Amino acid sequence: MSTESVTEVIPAAPSPRPRSLVSRPVQADRVFRTVCYAAGGITVAIMLAVGVFLSGRAGEALARSGPAFLWTQEWSPETGEFGIAAVLFGTVTIAIIALTIAVPLSLSTALLISEVVPGSVRSLLISLVDLMAAVPSVVFGLWGVFFLQANVIPVSQWISTYFGWIPIFAVTDDTGARITDAGAFTSSAFIAGIVVSLMIVPTQTSVMREAFSQAPLGEREGALALGSTRWGMIRTVVLPFGRGGIIGGTMLALGRALGETIAVVMIISPIFSVNWQVLKTGTNSVSALIALRYGEASQFGLSALMAAGLVLFIITLIVNFTASTIVARSRSGAESN
Amino acid sequence: MSVIESPARSTPAHEQVPTARTAIPVRDDAVGQRRDLRSVPLDDAFNVVGAIVAGIAVATLLFGWLTPMTGFVGWLVVSFIAFLGIYAVLSSLRADRLTVSERIMTALFYSAGAILLSALVFVLGFTVVRGVPALINPNFFVETMKLAGPLDPLSVGGIAHAIVGTLIQISIALVITIPLGITTAVFLNEVGGRFARFVRTISDAMTALPSIVAGLFIYAAIVTLVTHQRSGFAAALAISVMMLPIIIRASDVVLRLVPNNLREASYALGTTRWRTVWNVVLPTSRSGLVTAVILGTARGIGETSPVLLTSGVTAEMNLNPFSGPMISLPLQVFDFVKSPEPHMIARGFGAAATLVLLVLALFLIARLIGGRGPGQLSDRQRRATAAASVRDLRRIEGAARPFRSEPATTSVSTYTTDPSEESPS
Repeated sequence: MSTESVTEVIPAAPSPRPRSLVSRPVQADRVFRTVCYAAGGITVAIMLAVGVFLSGRAGEALARSGPAFLWTQEWSPETGEFGIAAVLFGTVTIAIIALTIAVPLSLSTALLISEVVPGSVRSLLISLVDLMAAVPSVVFGLWGVFFLQANVIPVSQWISTYFGWIPIFAVTDDTGARITDAGAFTSSAFIAGIVVSLMIVPTQTSVMREAFSQAPLGEREGALALGSTRWGMIRTVVLPFGRGGIIGGTMLALGRALGETIAVVMIISPIFSVNWQVLKTGTNSVSALIALRYGEASQFGLSALMAAGLVLFIITLIVNFTASTIVARSRSGAESN
Repeated sequence: MSVIESPARSTPAHEQVPTARTAIPVRDDAVGQRRDLRSVPLDDAFNVVGAIVAGIAVATLLFGWLTPMTGFVGWLVVSFIAFLGIYAVLSSLRADRLTVSERIMTALFYSAGAILLSALVFVLGFTVVRGVPALINPNFFVETMKLAGPLDPLSVGGIAHAIVGTLIQISIALVITIPLGITTAVFLNEVGGRFARFVRTISDAMTALPSIVAGLFIYAAIVTLVTHQRSGFAAALAISVMMLPIIIRASDVVLRLVPNNLREASYALGTTRWRTVWNVVLPTSRSGLVTAVILGTARGIGETSPVLLTSGVTAEMNLNPFSGPMISLPLQVFDFVKSPEPHMIARGFGAAATLVLLVLALFLIARLIGGRGPGQLSDRQRRATAAASVRDLRRIEGAARPFRSEPATTSVSTYTTDPSEESPS
């Protein structure tokens, strides 16, 4: 009834061509858009400037050392013999130890928060994990030096006594004889790894928890209705759906572990040789090298430190981009299901 | 099993008609016992407690008498492993394999949470307890280290210069990061487009920027090229580089939660984009934005390594961020504990405890303000919104009075309660 009258009215409208739907932004909107683009541009510019300045200043040192920078172990820019093999090895060692401890811990905590505890406890636990992420690195370092060190050394001694036949757990002197003295176990990569693991667990836990809470309800209920236990449901539904979150969270944590500075500086005793024995005194990391050497560095020494920082920057960037790609892809996959 | 069997026995009518027809069960009063879905069964509770006690006992025996093992951490690890084993054995006495694995996994989840929580509490508690000897001296908060040597007792010298330095540096960093960070987050959400996606990728990558690299960058770009000296301002810039991605990311998440129908309602009223952002999007997400900024501040305050390279170490009060070294709390902690003197280490713990308490306070404030989604109002805001609605109604009705005859008292009362459920736009 009403449609008939409408169809009659429309041809009678005087306008010969359709009205343009594109509106021109007013002055205030143009300013707003410009300001927004400028803010985004500044953010990108800062990030690019980090890369540009580091590469610019590192160029001098890299030009002098050439590709040997990657496999030289010593660090004495004054004599021209410098490279990051030892420090990079130490960085990766500490990060791997930290991940070995942090992955089971954060995986279980994320499952506890997302699957086991009731709602009120859940939000409290989430807050506490966030708080843990905000605890300053220097506080973890203090704890590691003044408490953990003394208490972990017996554990290190025990591991090296009973598992010393695995090469990385052995603690030997230069001649290959086994050392059992407690002094040989201080300031090791193992202790630094434990402290770093506590610092990366919160990041990892919150990424994993988010991924787990997105596992679809229908599949969960289906598993439970088929008679599965909660662990069975977690194993068959939550973990497969959260796989992207697990991998991505672990890689994000790896990025943080590689760049961790102050806690590592406080614990380790720096050496410039590759040390496979993780329980033995002496390791190093790129960030610790920069923090310890920047003060006495000459102009050229500073350039060498910049080169080391550039390598660290590139590695964390690659790790992080991979991680966020994996997380983003898994997220969109979970939503489409 | 008894629960399932009992209704079958109590309905004999069911068995007399073996045809494949749906029958309505006969109602009688013999309702089976209600199943308890929530609480832990008694024998399982006994299993847990018994396994814990047995695990501790086994570890104590091993450590005290049977083997030469020592150390508190080792004792904990051994008791935990013994607990898991004994718990599995105890559970398998009464349950099948599936149930045992379910119980063991649940025990593992809970113990991971307990490890994490106790680590957090222990790290914070250890710092505060070790810091008490320094904190109980009031001079610790009002004096500087200018006249105090490493051997002086704790009643001389303090960290006033570091507290002031931290406050100045974090204020400068906030002045830079709040406008830049929130505007970038607004750009990501409200303007969008290909460039916005690129900015989001870059800011995500920036969250993983190692703090020492941020310090190195400011050292190369600002200290050696512009100011030619370490200063509080350079340190504030380094902290800004670290805080910016945190604030962008947290604000981005908060702005994304603003319901789209609020924006659409605003556009439908004919507002510009800018007015929608300023009058709808930002006020709606205010508490979340404040939380994002406070959490970013808590992270920024504890940054040590960028400050180490850029601010320099001093024992004197320096109020000018543009000239001379200016120390901050985390750097002061790092500097104190490098000394082997017990008094300096005690001061280090005192400064660390101050830092921890500062971070805790910031965190509590953030939790008190935050925790509400966008559009959810506090009681005070709800009353203010209701009062504003009443005023609007009076104004509208005052303008419309010549055309209306009925009194408006009833509609006023409904309007005062209604907006509490609505969003504040």
